[in-house]
Amino acid sequence: MKTAETFVEKPKTLAELRAELESGVTTAADRAAFYYDRIAAVNPHLNVYLSLSKERAMEQAARVDALAAKGDPLPALAGVPVGIKDVLTMRGVAATAGSKILQGYRPPYDCTAVARLEAAGAVLLGKLNCDEFAMGSSNENSAYGPVRNPVDIERVPGGSSGGSAAAVAANMAVATLGTDTGGSIRQPASFCGVVGVLPTWGRVSRYGLIAFASSLDRIGPFAGNVRDAATLLGVIAGHDAMDATSSPQPAPDYAAESDKGAEGLRIGVPAEYFAEGLDADVRAQIEKGIDALKAAGCTIKPISLPHTKYAIPTYYLVATAEASANLARFDGVRYGYRSKTAETLSAMYRNSRDEGFGAEVKRRILLGTYALSAGYYDAYYGKAQQVRRLLAEEFLRAFAEVDAIVTPTSPVPPFKLGEKTGDPLSMYLADIYTVTASLAGICGVSVPCGTTPAGLPVGMQVLASHLGESTAFRVARAVEAAGL
Amino acid sequence: MTARVTVEEVERVAELAQLELAPEEKPGMVRDLNAILDYVAELNELDTTGVTPLSQVTEIEGAGGAGSLRADALRPSLDRGDVMGQAPETDGMFFKVPKVIER
Repeated sequence: MKTAETFVEKPKTLAELRAELESGVTTAADRAAFYYDRIAAVNPHLNVYLSLSKERAMEQAARVDALAAKGDPLPALAGVPVGIKDVLTMRGVAATAGSKILQGYRPPYDCTAVARLEAAGAVLLGKLNCDEFAMGSSNENSAYGPVRNPVDIERVPGGSSGGSAAAVAANMAVATLGTDTGGSIRQPASFCGVVGVLPTWGRVSRYGLIAFASSLDRIGPFAGNVRDAATLLGVIAGHDAMDATSSPQPAPDYAAESDKGAEGLRIGVPAEYFAEGLDADVRAQIEKGIDALKAAGCTIKPISLPHTKYAIPTYYLVATAEASANLARFDGVRYGYRSKTAETLSAMYRNSRDEGFGAEVKRRILLGTYALSAGYYDAYYGKAQQVRRLLAEEFLRAFAEVDAIVTPTSPVPPFKLGEKTGDPLSMYLADIYTVTASLAGICGVSVPCGTTPAGLPVGMQVLASHLGESTAFRVARAVEAAGL
Repeated sequence: MTARVTVEEVERVAELAQLELAPEEKPGMVRDLNAILDYVAELNELDTTGVTPLSQVTEIEGAGGAGSLRADALRPSLDRGDVMGQAPETDGMFFKVPKVIER
C-alpha cells in the first residue's frame, strides 16, 4: 500500500448540497468560506489553484442565500462551489493558461460555459492549474509548477486538466470545468479517481476558451459522481451565438437520462485497447468493470478498431499544426507579456515568444509549423487529415453495431513526477486510448473503476457516438454502481 | 516522408514561427523533432489514395452539425477601454509597438 500522504476527500453530492441549503443547515456563504479554508490548507501541498475569485464568489453566495431566505426555487447549481481550468476566461480574473506569456492578463469577458454555471447558481471559487496552453499529459508543463495527485503527492494528477481533476478528488471544489483536446479531461479524471466528461465536439460552446487545436478542443465537467457530472453538462451544453461551431441540436436533461439504467445496451470491447502496453493491474480492474456491465444486463461484444495504432501520430500532426496557427496570436502586442529587450518589432515578437513560451509549447509550435510548411504539407498534415477520416469512419461502423464502447482510459496508473519529462514521445503515448475519440469528435466519460493493488485509481473510458452523451452516462452509472 | 531534420531546418522553421531559440535549446529540439517525425512516419504504411481529408468533424453526417451563421448585423462588442487596458503598451486608442519604419 502507498505510504505517501493523501489528500483525498469526496465532495458531497449536488442533491446533498441542495438539501442543506433548502433546510437551512448551512448557507452558500458559509459553504464558500469552508471551501476557501480547505483550499488555504491543502493548496500548498497540491498546487491546484492558480488564483482565487473570492469577491465574486461571495457576491454570488449572497445572491443564492437571498433566494433561499425568500423560499424561492433554487436553480440547478445553487451555491455549488466550482473551480475553472485556467484556459477559460472569467471577467477581470487573471487568466494564465499555465503560461508566462499571459502574465498579467485579465480578460474583459466571461467564457460562455463559465457564465452558464454562474447563471445556474454555481459559486466560482477560482482558476485551476494546468499544463501550459493545455499541452501535456501530466501537468508538469505548467509555468507555475506541477499539480500533485491528491491520492499520492509523489505522482502526477494527469494532464492537461490536472488541477480540475485534483480539485474534485481533494474536495477543493465540488465540481470543475476542464478542457480536452486529446485526453486532457479523461486521463486526469482517471488518474485522480473522479468522473470526467468529454462532450461531443460542438456540444459545449468554446467562447472564452484559450484555443489550442480548434478542431479538437472541447470544454467538459469533472465531478465526484456520474449523475452530478451529467447535471453540469446539462447546464453548459447547447447552442451559443458567440460560437459558430456550437451545435444547434437541443441538449437533453442528461441527469434524468442517466437514470434510465444500462440494461439491454450493447457494449463493444475493442481488442486494440487491450493489447501490448496495457498495465496488468489496470486490465484486471477494467475486466471487473466489464463484468459489472454484464451483470447490469448489458450485452458485451468483442469488436476491432484496427486503425487505433495510427491515432497518436495523426493526433500529434493535426493538433500541433492547429496549435502553431492558434498560438500565433501571442506576440506581445495586445495582451500578456512583452519582452523588454527588443528594439525592433520583429525582435519584440520573437523575444516575447521565446521568453514567454515553455519548452513543450515551442516544440509543438515547431512541429506544427514544420508539418504545415511548403513541401511537407501534403506528406504530414494532409496525410493526417486523411487518416483522421478513416479513424472517424471506423468508429461510425462500430456504433452501427454497439451503443457504447468501453476501454481503459489510460494504459497505466498515475506515474511519478519526472518519470516521463525527459522523453516527449513517451509522454505523448500516455494519450494512446484517448486521442481516437478526440479525432472522431465522439463523446465519452471516464468513470472510476476501482484501484490497483497499490491503491492507485483506474478509470474506465465509456465512449458513445456523436451526441450520445446520455448513453455514455447510463453505462458509466452502471460501472459506478458496482462500487469496484 | 522520412525526414532527418537538421539544425538549419529547425532554425528556418523557428523563423517561420517567429520563435527565437537560444543556442542551447536547438540540439534538444533537433533530437525531439526527429524522434517524433520518425514515429509519425508510421502513417506511410496506410494507403490513403482517394480518401478525402477530414478537417472538421461536423463534415460527418449526424455529428451535431455547426450552427447556421448569425445575421450580419451590428451588435455591441467589448468595451474599447477594457480591451486596450490589457495591452502592454497603448495610448488608449492604439497598440504601441517598437518603431517599424525608419525615416
